[in-house]
Amino acid sequence: MSNDKLEVSGGASFSCNCADSSRRQLMAATAAVGGAVGVGVAAPFVASFLPSERAKAAGAPVEVDLSGLQPGEMKTVEWRGKPVWIVRRTPEMLESLKKSEAMLADPGSSRAEQPDYVKGAGRAIKDEYLVCVGLCTHLGCSPSAKFKPGAESGIGDDWPGGFLCPCHGSRFDLAGRVFKSMPAPDNLPIPPHTYVSDTRLIIGEDTKGA
Amino acid sequence: MSQMDTLLDKGKQALGWVDERFPLTSLYKAHLSEYYAPKNFNFWYFFGSLALLVLVNQIVTGIFLVMHYKPDAALNAAGVPVAFASVEYIMRDVPGGWIIRYLHSTGASAFFIVVYLHMFRGLLYGSYRKPRELVWLFGIAIFLCLMGEAFFGYLLPWGQMSGWGAQVIVNLFAAIPVIGPDLSIFIRGDFVVSDATLNRFFAFHVIAIPLVLLGLVTAHLIALHEVGSNNPDGVEIKKKKDTNGIPLDGIPFHPYYTVKDGFVAVVFLMVFSVVVFFAPEGGGYFLEYNNFVPYDALQTPPHIAPVWYFTPFYSILRATTSNFMWVLGALALIVGGLTVVSTKSKNVKALAVGVTAILLAGFALLDAKVWGVVLMGGSVMLFGLLPWLDQSPVKSVRYKGVLYASVLSVFVVAFVLLGILGTKAPGYAFFGLIPGEPVAAVCSVLYLAFFAFMPWYSRMDATKPEPERVTWK
Ligand code: HEM
Ligand code: FES
Repeated sequence: MSNDKLEVSGGASFSCNCADSSRRQLMAATAAVGGAVGVGVAAPFVASFLPSERAKAAGAPVEVDLSGLQPGEMKTVEWRGKPVWIVRRTPEMLESLKKSEAMLADPGSSRAEQPDYVKGAGRAIKDEYLVCVGLCTHLGCSPSAKFKPGAESGIGDDWPGGFLCPCHGSRFDLAGRVFKSMPAPDNLPIPPHTYVSDTRLIIGEDTKGA
Repeated sequence: MSQMDTLLDKGKQALGWVDERFPLTSLYKAHLSEYYAPKNFNFWYFFGSLALLVLVNQIVTGIFLVMHYKPDAALNAAGVPVAFASVEYIMRDVPGGWIIRYLHSTGASAFFIVVYLHMFRGLLYGSYRKPRELVWLFGIAIFLCLMGEAFFGYLLPWGQMSGWGAQVIVNLFAAIPVIGPDLSIFIRGDFVVSDATLNRFFAFHVIAIPLVLLGLVTAHLIALHEVGSNNPDGVEIKKKKDTNGIPLDGIPFHPYYTVKDGFVAVVFLMVFSVVVFFAPEGGGYFLEYNNFVPYDALQTPPHIAPVWYFTPFYSILRATTSNFMWVLGALALIVGGLTVVSTKSKNVKALAVGVTAILLAGFALLDAKVWGVVLMGGSVMLFGLLPWLDQSPVKSVRYKGVLYASVLSVFVVAFVLLGILGTKAPGYAFFGLIPGEPVAAVCSVLYLAFFAFMPWYSRMDATKPEPERVTWK
C-alpha cells in the first residue's frame, strides 16, 4: 500500500488554483452538460405526477332516471368522481330563491362556473330541477342539505332553505348560490347536462338531445 | 492466562481489527463515552431521546403494517375500498395486528407531544441561539417533515376523515394565484382525491419522507454534537474547561445520560402502554371516529377537523377572513414602522418600507383565502427565525425578565386555545357563551406578535446577570 494520500485541508481545497485553466473550463463545461442531463432525467419523474391518460379519459357522461324523484327530494350521482346533486324543487323552494337574493354574494351568477344554457335565478334548464356539482367552492367539502327554512334549520330565522357546508360553514341557497361573506367565494358549479326525455337526464354532455 | 483473559484478549483483537477499518471506538468515544453534556439537564431534556425512541417505534411498527396494508382505493367484492378493508383485516385477523396498528397510530400523536415539548424547551432556554442555529433549523425541517409524514399517513386507512381531510388540505394549494388549480391536480394526480392520490401518498409516507427524516435527524445530532448541548442556565459549559480540556460542568453522556434516558424511556413506555391498551383512539383525538367509516366521495361527514396536532395552524387558517386582513395590515404597518425608527442602517430602513408596502398591497389585492394558506405555513416557518429575532443578552428564561416570561406564557395559552378551537366546528362557543371565532382571531394575532415583536421586547426586558457556571442543586 502506498502512503501518498492527498493532503486536502478543508476550505483551502475550494480556493486551490492547482488545475490549469483549460482543465477548469473543461470541468465547468462537463458540469454544465451534466446539470442539463440531470434536468432532462428529472422531467419524466415530474411528469409522472400529472393525471394519467386513464384518469383524463375517465368521466364518461352519466344517465340519471328522474322518475322516482318526488318534489322536495334530492338525489346524488357520481360524475367524474364528484357528487352531482339533482334537487326537484317545489314551488315554495323556487319562491325562496327570491327571498335569498339580497343575502347572496353573486345572485346573478356572473362569476359562476355554469353553461350558457342555464339562466336566471334558478340556474337550471328546467326550473323544477336543480343540477349542480355538490362540492363547496371553498375547499371542496360536500355541503349538507338543509332544506327546511327558518329557525327549525338551526341556522337562523331568516334561513330560506339551502345547503350548509360542514367544513367551514359556507351557506348556499336552493340554486347553489353562495351567501355573502362566506369562506366560499363562488356559487356551486353547474355541470354540462341535457335532458334526453322528460325523466331522463344526462350529466356531462351538453348536446341538447338532438 | 485464564480463560477469561484469553476471551477478553480475543475481544480486543476483534475490536482492533474493526477499528483499523472503521472508526468504531473513536465514534463511540466522540458521541457517547467522551461526549460531555452539561450536568444540569432537567425534565425538559428528556424529549430529544424520547423523540428518537418514538421514531424507532414508528419505523418498526410501520414496516410490519406495510406487510399487510394495501394502498388500493378500488372496491372489493363486498363493496368496501381495499385499503380500508386491509386496515380492518390488520385489526381483526392478523395475529397481533391490532397492537401493531395502535402502537403506530398512538405513536404518531406521542411523536407530536414529545416534539412540541422538545421545541418548547428551546423557547425556555434559548437553545436556538448562537451557536445552535443549525441545530434549530434542522429541527424545524424535521418538524415540517413530521407534519408531511402525518398528513400523508392519515390518508392511508381511506376512511371518511382521510379522504375529506386530504381533499381540504390539497385544495388549500388551489388558493395560490395562477398555478394553484393546476398544482392541486398535480398533487392529487387526478381531478379528485382518488387511487392515484392514495398510491403516491403511500410512497411518500413509507419511503420518501422517512428517508429524509432519518437524514435530518442525523444532521440534527451531528450539529448538536459539534456545538454541544445548551442547558437550563443557558451558559456555555465549553467556556470553563479543566487542564485536560474537559468542560468543568460536563459529564460523559455514557454512562450518565444513557442511564437517565433509559430510565425515562421506561417511564414513557409505561404511560404510552396505558394509552395504547386503554385509550388507543385517544377519545377521538388520536383516531377520529368518522375514520372508521370508509371514504365516500359523495358525502362529507357532518363534522370534519384535522387531527389535534395540526389544529393550532388550522385555526390560524380559519381565522384569516377578509375582516382579519385589516388586522394583518395594521400589524405589518406597526412592525414596519418600528423597524424604520429603530434601525440606523439606510438599507434596512428601505427594506422594511419595501416589504411593508408589498405586504399591504398583497393584503389588498389577494383573497383572504390565499393569505390563510400563507399564514398557516408561515406560522410554522416563523420558528425558524427565532435565532435572529431574539436579541436578549441572555439565553435562558431563568435570567430573562418578567417580560419574556409573560410573553411566552401568553404565547403558550394562545397556541393551546388555537389548538382547541381547531378541533371544533365553525360557530363553536366556549361554554356556549364566548364565541370561538373572535377568540381564534385574537390568538392568531398573539401568535404572530410573539415573533413579530421579539426584536424589541427581548431588548427591553430587564434581564438578570447569567452565572459564571451552571447552577446545580
Ligand atoms: C424526529 C424528531 C427529533 C429528534 C429525534 C430529536 C433529537 C434530539 C436529541 C436526541 C437531542 C439531544 C437531547 C435533548 O436536548 O433533548 C436534541 C436536541 C435539540 N433539538 Fe431535537 N430532535 C427532534 C426534533 C426537533 C425539533 C422539531 C426541534 C425544533 C424546531 C429541535 C430542536 C433541538 C434543539 C435546539 C436541541 C438542542 C437543545 C439544547 O441543547 O438545549 N429538535 N434533539
Ligand atoms: S369547504 Fe366548504 S366552507 Fe370550507
